[in-house]
Amino acid sequence: MATRQTHMLGRILIAPSVLLLFIWMIVPLVMTIYFSVLHYDLLNPGVHDFIGFENYYYFLTDPAFLASLKNTLVLVGSVLIITVVLGTLVALLMDQPVIGRNFVRLMVIAPFFVMPTVSALVWKNLLMHPVSGFFAWIATSLGFRPIDWFAQAPLFSIILIVAWQWLPFATLILLTALQSLDEEQKEAAEMDGAHAFSTFFYITLPHLARPITVVILIETIFLLSVFAEIFVTTGGGPGLQTTNIAFLIYSQALIQYDVGGASAGGLVAVVIANIVAIILVRLVGKNLET
Amino acid sequence: MGSIQLQDVRKSFGNIDVIPGASLKIEDGEFVVFVGPSGCGKSTLLRLIAGLEDVTGGHILIDGVDVVDTPPAKRGLSMVFQSYALYPHMSVRGNIAFGLKMARMPKAEIDRKVNEAAGVLNLTSYLERKPRELSGGQRQRVAIGRAIVREPKAFLFDEPLSNLDAALRVNMRLEIARLQKELGTTAVYVTHDQVEAMTMADRIVVLHAGRIEQFGSPLELYERPANLFVAGFIGSPRMNFVEGPDAERLGARTIGVRPEHITVSRSGDGWKGMVSVAEHLGSDTFLYVEVPGIGTLTVRTPGELGLREGDTAVLTPDPARIHRFDANGQAIAS
Amino acid sequence: MARKRTTTRIVVSTVSAWVVGFIFFFPILWMILTSFKTELDAFSIPPKFLFFHWTTENYATVQERSNYVHHALNSVILAGGSTLIALLIAVPAAYAMAFSPTKRTRGTLMWMLSTKMMPPVGVLVPIYLLFRDFNLLDSRIGLIAVLCLGNLPIVIWMLFTYFKEIPKDILEAARMDGATIGKEMVYILMPMAVPGIASTLLLNVILAWNEAFWTLNLTTSTAAPLTVFIASYSSPEGLFWAKLSAASTLAIAPILIIGWFSQKQLVRGLTFGAVK
Repeated sequence: MATRQTHMLGRILIAPSVLLLFIWMIVPLVMTIYFSVLHYDLLNPGVHDFIGFENYYYFLTDPAFLASLKNTLVLVGSVLIITVVLGTLVALLMDQPVIGRNFVRLMVIAPFFVMPTVSALVWKNLLMHPVSGFFAWIATSLGFRPIDWFAQAPLFSIILIVAWQWLPFATLILLTALQSLDEEQKEAAEMDGAHAFSTFFYITLPHLARPITVVILIETIFLLSVFAEIFVTTGGGPGLQTTNIAFLIYSQALIQYDVGGASAGGLVAVVIANIVAIILVRLVGKNLET
Repeated sequence: MGSIQLQDVRKSFGNIDVIPGASLKIEDGEFVVFVGPSGCGKSTLLRLIAGLEDVTGGHILIDGVDVVDTPPAKRGLSMVFQSYALYPHMSVRGNIAFGLKMARMPKAEIDRKVNEAAGVLNLTSYLERKPRELSGGQRQRVAIGRAIVREPKAFLFDEPLSNLDAALRVNMRLEIARLQKELGTTAVYVTHDQVEAMTMADRIVVLHAGRIEQFGSPLELYERPANLFVAGFIGSPRMNFVEGPDAERLGARTIGVRPEHITVSRSGDGWKGMVSVAEHLGSDTFLYVEVPGIGTLTVRTPGELGLREGDTAVLTPDPARIHRFDANGQAIAS
Repeated sequence: MARKRTTTRIVVSTVSAWVVGFIFFFPILWMILTSFKTELDAFSIPPKFLFFHWTTENYATVQERSNYVHHALNSVILAGGSTLIALLIAVPAAYAMAFSPTKRTRGTLMWMLSTKMMPPVGVLVPIYLLFRDFNLLDSRIGLIAVLCLGNLPIVIWMLFTYFKEIPKDILEAARMDGATIGKEMVYILMPMAVPGIASTLLLNVILAWNEAFWTLNLTTSTAAPLTVFIASYSSPEGLFWAKLSAASTLAIAPILIIGWFSQKQLVRGLTFGAVK
């Protein structure tokens, strides 16, 4: 289908998407860059002084930045590890002969459909409440002292909630991949004398490389901007213990009304996301051919 | 009416010249087969005629009108694809009628034409079925029905039989040839199977690396191949080629003899060799004979001769049926 | 499937899979159970599993607050509207990229996906200010546009992977049959791609329904969908669990049900062509 007409038409058909996405990306980005070099405070309207890189200086040297950068990376990294490792294990389990597998699938996928604000609130109150929560009851029944999750391990609590939301995604994609694995290949490996572990490492795992890549890429996109879970549970606290970059910039812009500072932070976030993206594409991108 | 003329048609993808320049004229009502090994550009040439690809240069004339800038739909051609390309979500009726609907033909007329085409192709009882409920042969018929119902200037067939099993292929071959003669519509047919080409075509275009090696009737190609490539490609089993003193004696670089034009005896004058393999097909026997200094020669003999592996055989070519080729591989006229 | 399957193995894997599945599902189940309790039962220690005073009072309370229906309606409008518009823009683009690819197609696709890599906070400030200046804060139109653009790359990508599975021959046959590009899309491509388009549509409804960055930051009441409504329960730490659970159950029920019915196609779509 390679005629001049179809090529021309192709360009016309793609144009709206490209144009819209380009505007969607470039206009706010340029504005962010512009604001980031201004002294721009919503509480002090009318003052738009050019101050060069001062906003960047303040943002980058603010201890909150380093703390939130660390929190962001810990959050993304932990959730990725938890979902990929547990997801693989659960997928392997569900690939076994299981009676009623379809029903188990329904239970496993359910968390993926729950909106972040709901899952955060349900976990925070119904499950993790230090006195009346379900976990507290389990702890006391077993003779332990219940944990005050959001006070003692706030970031870990957030990680737990986010991991619960994304585990179904990883599990089911990996399960689909496992089910597409040729049974004959596994049988051939068994005939060759491979036992369960070597079959897993030499046949199954390489087969999962591509889907794991997809899981990592998609999850990273969403995990870098985790917001609602923090917004409704800890509000970034205690202190800065659960503030990630997204939440830090949000609070600077819409709580402290420091447009210039938030813009500088926003650009830093874009740069960080790009660095992560480049590293990811280098590390895992070779598995992703269209 | 439906004559197709190619004038120095060229096609390149990037830097690769797929068709360096092809010219030929297909007469109205003619059945022309493009044949050649895979990758020779025959399908590309067909798609250029169809308008599914743009020419890089040259002209394509249908009934004398240059159609290079005409979109496929307006060229008045219809095409049968290798995969049949049936619309999976439409019934057989819907498939056959689609082109007529696109042409905004009145419903009553569409129905009449579809029923007529279905009758010709024995599809009447399947009209309401979906393609996935049909056998390979029936799908093939639907694809053909879709092509004939539009009464095009010419049919284009792109290896239409390659997905069928051997027995069905022979049947469909006959059916397509018969249908084309009945309708009298020009047909261009692409295949890599020289048996299909020989049995169906009025004239054959042999393509090799994008070039037209020869354009002629099946018998012409068999009896007077223009060059080594055509000589080797047409005919089964393949023509034997002999170089060296035997060829030079006849004033040629290479001489070619078809397996069926060699007589075998147990003794006498000729090429002496040892039978390495004997294939018994019943009606014929193919002998592969190792001749020192020449190589393996294939011989086709009627019936059984009692020659076995390891026996000595003497091969005598029919002097009137020896093809001579010069250093460039071109045939030397006798 | 000629592997040995002893009864023990089936029992062990079945039991473990069900236990794992139950753990995944438990928070949701617990929320649903709690939504039928009285506020007092909701807090009781030890927890009451099934033997409590079942009541639908919480749902009535949530329903009475007319703003629940209002927010639910907003969710429907935002998710549905943004998805439909995204589909309208994306189908032609995906068609072009799948069926007349050029050297730049792969690059264009990657670039589109990369706009998704840009964290929303990076552009929060300008978007917020633009919305403020154009009176779009707390408006449905504005939010539909943002959600639509945010999901557009994913819609295009998914459609592209589905379209690529459709044999080119069939579209060429339609073209030979005299179909124009528009008719080709309407009569051939769309009907053949129905499963793919449907799961793209569903996934994006789910993503838009659950989107909780832009909705939290750009709306307050008029255009606020359920994500925001639920978030309003976060501040008072009072005796609200049963009502919170009822509201939450209502908020996730439509998506959970749609998701359950379409989960097989959804998961396949989510692999973005990485799993055949």
